[in-house]
Amino acid sequence: MSVYSFLKEIAHTDPATLGRKDFQTDQEVRWCPGCGDYAILAQVHKTLPELGIPRENFVFVSGIGCSSRFPYYTNTYGMHSIHGRAPSIATGVKVSRPDLSVWVVTGDGDALSIGGNHLIHALRRNVDLKILMFNNRIYGLTKGQYSPTSEQGKRTKSSPAGSVDYPFNPISLALSAEATFVARGVDVDAKGLGAVLERAAHHKGSAFVEIYQNCNIFNDGAFDYMTDRKTKAETEIRLEHGKPLRFGANGDKGIALDAQMNPMVVDVATHGEDKLLVHNETNAALGFFLSRLVHPEFPTPVGVFRAVTKPTFDGMMEDQLTAAKAKSKGGGVQRLLDGGESWTVT
Amino acid sequence: METTISKSSSTFESVAIRFAGDSGDGMQLTGSQFTETTALAGNDLATFPDYPAEIRAPAGSLAGVSGFQINFSSREVFTPGDEPDVLVAMNPAALKANIADLKQGGILIANTEQFGVKNLERAGYKSNPLEDGTLSAFRVFPVDITNITLRAIADVGLNQRAAVRTKNFFALGLVYWLFSRDMQHTLDWIQGSMAAKDPVVAEANARALRAGWNYGDTTEMFAQRYEVPKARIEPGRYKNMTGNEAAALGFLAAAELTGLDLFLGSYPITPASDILHYLSKQKHLGVRTFQAEDEIAAIGSAIGAAYAGSLALTTTSGPGIALKSEAMNLAMMLELPLLICDVQRGGPSTGLPTKTEQSDLLQVLYGRNGESPIPIVSASSPGDCFYAAIEAARIAVTYMTPVVLLTDGYLANGAEPWRIPDMASLPPIPVQFHTDPATFQPYARNEVLARPWAIPGTPGLEHRVGGLEKANVTGNVSYDPMNHDAMCRLRAEKVARIADSLPATEIFGDAEGDVLVVGWGGTMGALRAGVERARAEGHTVGHVHLRHLNPMPNDLGDILKRYRKVIVPELNLGQLWMLLRARYLVDAVSINKIQGKPFKEHEIARAIAEHAGSKA
Repeated sequence: MSVYSFLKEIAHTDPATLGRKDFQTDQEVRWCPGCGDYAILAQVHKTLPELGIPRENFVFVSGIGCSSRFPYYTNTYGMHSIHGRAPSIATGVKVSRPDLSVWVVTGDGDALSIGGNHLIHALRRNVDLKILMFNNRIYGLTKGQYSPTSEQGKRTKSSPAGSVDYPFNPISLALSAEATFVARGVDVDAKGLGAVLERAAHHKGSAFVEIYQNCNIFNDGAFDYMTDRKTKAETEIRLEHGKPLRFGANGDKGIALDAQMNPMVVDVATHGEDKLLVHNETNAALGFFLSRLVHPEFPTPVGVFRAVTKPTFDGMMEDQLTAAKAKSKGGGVQRLLDGGESWTVT
Repeated sequence: METTISKSSSTFESVAIRFAGDSGDGMQLTGSQFTETTALAGNDLATFPDYPAEIRAPAGSLAGVSGFQINFSSREVFTPGDEPDVLVAMNPAALKANIADLKQGGILIANTEQFGVKNLERAGYKSNPLEDGTLSAFRVFPVDITNITLRAIADVGLNQRAAVRTKNFFALGLVYWLFSRDMQHTLDWIQGSMAAKDPVVAEANARALRAGWNYGDTTEMFAQRYEVPKARIEPGRYKNMTGNEAAALGFLAAAELTGLDLFLGSYPITPASDILHYLSKQKHLGVRTFQAEDEIAAIGSAIGAAYAGSLALTTTSGPGIALKSEAMNLAMMLELPLLICDVQRGGPSTGLPTKTEQSDLLQVLYGRNGESPIPIVSASSPGDCFYAAIEAARIAVTYMTPVVLLTDGYLANGAEPWRIPDMASLPPIPVQFHTDPATFQPYARNEVLARPWAIPGTPGLEHRVGGLEKANVTGNVSYDPMNHDAMCRLRAEKVARIADSLPATEIFGDAEGDVLVVGWGGTMGALRAGVERARAEGHTVGHVHLRHLNPMPNDLGDILKRYRKVIVPELNLGQLWMLLRARYLVDAVSINKIQGKPFKEHEIARAIAEHAGSKA
């Protein structure tokens, strides 16, 4: 009998009985009061019970940073690992146990600075991981240094004269790394974030979700331009597959191409709706194009940039194992020991 | 290896042969064919492949010299031999790089065709050593290997370039003749493996082999042939085994003995990559191999697999350990079973990638922040890598801890005849995942202080682990000073107690007396042979070769006191030596060498004699 057979025989939790409370832990949540992480935690706890997965089959892996405390506050299997390495650890979990739903919680420093290499390779392989990257554009846990997504010129404790670093565009990076699902959500936009999380959870393959998250201590208001109700309509554009790219108070504005293939903001009434760009989640070039729409010249896109399906790394590895086992002559390790050239001494 | 080849007799106890040529000359293949044939002939043997770091250094250059040494005997063989009795030099560079090692009066077979002005220059010779009398200390046999080979295979239909490449089989045939070896094994191999790829090339090589044999047989150049009778070897079925293959098989065996699925996360690195290659072929056994983007991701993936319930492994060499140290510390903190195999090579930094050394001991013992106890197991011969791997796995899953297995480049690429074990005779390694929510605490401990292994998918055992200090028993994050003190001591105590599970230390030779030789790892053969020599000279000498370097065996302290002198030969600047002095307050002497090469038997014998004599 296999040491793993109990996993099949044991009575698993009925997902239908699960609610958000089942995913909360008894640990005191220690993020600063007012931190955007609370809203994201709540949204994830709302999403998980709706996925039809037994609680014991979730694994949350995080790295280091404020966001990476997430597993302590989520009552699933979890690992608060080391700085930047969560994607590699999660890859090991998923590849060895394809039956599990594996999530990575990370931040802009964790994922894009020290862990940049692991992130792009996990995405390129299309490992079936859900990667939630909280982007507050600052180092919070170390008390306020500029991060790889901080805007150039930012004055912080480690850049008193203004940062001369050019920032990463996380969505462009994920798309260039061939991620099969790339989306953006915002901490305070519960509805939009919930929708993105649900789609990410159902995506078979590596899903990268950038979540704009306000750090009210070290970078307060970084995303006010698009979360303020008064300006939101002009500064945010919601991506919907198959729909023209429209924004503005009454959807009066749109995104179109000029003669040199540059994006431009147009007035829908005068330009004509049929000349607007139409979102297509399966078009890699369009996804990248949209990732280049940056505030303040353009409204910031939220929603799903790219969603395509292709075989996953873990799935293909499993297929190779299955095929090899089917062809196996049995005999286990002894057959290997006995194989090859040998001689007998009597 | 004291015997010398003399004309008066054709039978010898031991012979060492070194094949040396350009890295494109096929010396490793030549050596491995000679090895297999010699094993089949019933000799005990040891081999030492010595190849350059460059894949293809410029032809004829010293940097491109590749060598393969085999020592075979009618007695037990411990090392590839100090000084070869025979050197086959396929070009001037091979001669230049190896002639200093050839025994006085030894046989030199040189391929004269390669000794033209240009190649002599490339090797740094101002005149032709085959003609200028500088080799008078040796018995020199100049043979036009290239041209005789080309004539022998002229009508096979190979182009010039491909035809020249068969010359190593001519050399092999000649040496087979010289040492009365049967060609059949190699002919079978040519007709099988080689012919499957290219029957024409196979035919040419078969002819070259026979031509070499016939050259020895028909020319009057060699006055006689040599015989090395069969050795007395423990009955059983044998095969040639390299350290890397044995380690891979050991990990596979450990997976079978535990019932766990094997997971390997690895990043290619010399000289460890062959373990990755071997395990990648074993998918039918449920082995998952993951070639990661770097050393860190390699161990990261293994930690993930360990958390999820696999027998998790990462393989690397010294520079990789440096990169993995943070993750090793995480695994120690998580108290998850994890196998870290370090096939040591010459350091520091990139160092000497293809050469051997034992200089990672202190790195794997101490190279981490904080108090970080990790058990260390070492292998002492190529075949022993199998058993050392199983022992590492036993410790890992029994004590819920990462374990380092130290092998080295010398063991990894060296081969020895290895008695094929019977899996049924190996003790099983029981593993029980925790399943009962009522009794579950993530950091509760059993009688050996191991915490429970609770894997994802088990209802009611959802828990979080991490690198932050954990509260004893509950595993919640804790900054409590007394808890941290208690946890550091608990983790140290857990590893220290592994010593209670170890058998009594084996002492070879005298159980007390003048000198105790303490070693570890791949130096075992040289130390054992050196001790035998010293004992034959009348010294009372014991030899202890440590498999466990952390924790060390409980009885070691007493053993150290039974000798007047303790010497610690190592291929580093005294790492075990320092540990023994620190732990046991013993005035041990360090014998060290750090040349990328193994110890020679006589170096050890001389060191023993020196210290046995100084009756201070």
